[in-house]
Amino acid sequence: MESNKHYDAIVIGAGPAGLTAGIYLSRARLRTLIINEGTVGGQMILTHEIANYPGVESISGYQLAGIMKKQAVAFGCEIRSNISIRNMELNEELKTIVLSDGSIYTTDGVILTPGGRSRTLGVPGEDHLKGKGISYCATCDGDFFTNKEIVVVGGGNSALEEAVSLTKYASKVTIVHQFDHFQAFEHAVEEARTNSKIHFVMESAITAFHGNENLEHVDIRNLKTGNLSRFKTDGVFIFIGYIPNTEFLKGKIELNQWGEIVVKNDMSTSIEGVYAAGDSIAKRFRQVTTAVGDGTVAALAVSNYLHELKAKQKQLITA
Amino acid sequence: MLYTNLKHLESAADHQKAISENENVMVILGRMGPMCIPVYGIAEDLETEYKHVKFYDMEFDNPESYVIRNLPEVRGFMGIPFTIYYKNGKVVKATSSIQTREQVTAILDKEFAAVVTA
Repeated sequence: MESNKHYDAIVIGAGPAGLTAGIYLSRARLRTLIINEGTVGGQMILTHEIANYPGVESISGYQLAGIMKKQAVAFGCEIRSNISIRNMELNEELKTIVLSDGSIYTTDGVILTPGGRSRTLGVPGEDHLKGKGISYCATCDGDFFTNKEIVVVGGGNSALEEAVSLTKYASKVTIVHQFDHFQAFEHAVEEARTNSKIHFVMESAITAFHGNENLEHVDIRNLKTGNLSRFKTDGVFIFIGYIPNTEFLKGKIELNQWGEIVVKNDMSTSIEGVYAAGDSIAKRFRQVTTAVGDGTVAALAVSNYLHELKAKQKQLITA
Repeated sequence: MLYTNLKHLESAADHQKAISENENVMVILGRMGPMCIPVYGIAEDLETEYKHVKFYDMEFDNPESYVIRNLPEVRGFMGIPFTIYYKNGKVVKATSSIQTREQVTAILDKEFAAVVTA
């Protein structure tokens, strides 16, 4: 545990946006700390192959994250990963961040890059049966369900594409979706509809998972009629999109209705000295390249802010 | 191939050596996928903190991984990674699918509590 250490800037999150900010800030010789709740790399590390990152023909997300981390550390950036934030005070000019291990850090500038995560259903039985019939990754766990009957939850591109991919293993795939239509691209819908192994339960939602050692049944509620039925299944794959990791910012900073951080063009937020970048901000496109761009802008803006802050503080001293 | 910074177990013999020569061992059996990578990352971070525990990974698709896939403790597991905790060569805990740092450290603290000498 460290305590009462001061940094010029603290970056919260170590995905591509946070690591880029760390690289730029450290290279500008600003004392920088990156705090990360999970594994360094964020969602990027979950991508098997990145083939559209300019300058790199093909690389795994895990490797690209490793290189970004190495670059940041080489410039003097400090990183604390797999640790959570217990408390933050961002409104004052001197900002304070307290970590779960009791470490207390102060800083003049903050960049929020907490990223996003896969959405879970959050219904009874989900935690207990995760890995025992409930999965969030077809590529990882599809082969455990060879010749079994499974359910896929969701109606976006991921859900429909993964449902089709799971028919390589499963004997029957039932897609459960809350609306009467899909949000996925037409070609993905068409591919699912023409696959004889795929069946559809529309305007419905899973309300509970049941099983002792393994998943055995799910409760499905028809959202139109309210009828509840028990459905026997060997497995459930959940693909219901991503949510920004901004719960810890509620009430502290301006978020939009989807919990995304509202930023201006220079990535500044509703609090002076606090900037944000990456997948957690309100924007349309979410790519590694856009996160890197956001992180760059945020770092340059923070550098500028810190420069002006120091000039202001100097003026106050000499006045 | 698992391109993590953990020590890799390449064979059943490697696995046997690791669990027989070390009192506290954690082995993550997985692939380079979204459920596995976070667990490797947690283990990499914990290596310096839990010096009395040896951390390894093993590739799920390596045929030699039968030594873990055939364990009675993983019967019914339907999500990777399989994370196995060994004390003096015996399985004391096994988990399936992604885990948080808190879940992993809770097991390490319970099963491999470091002996504190006054």
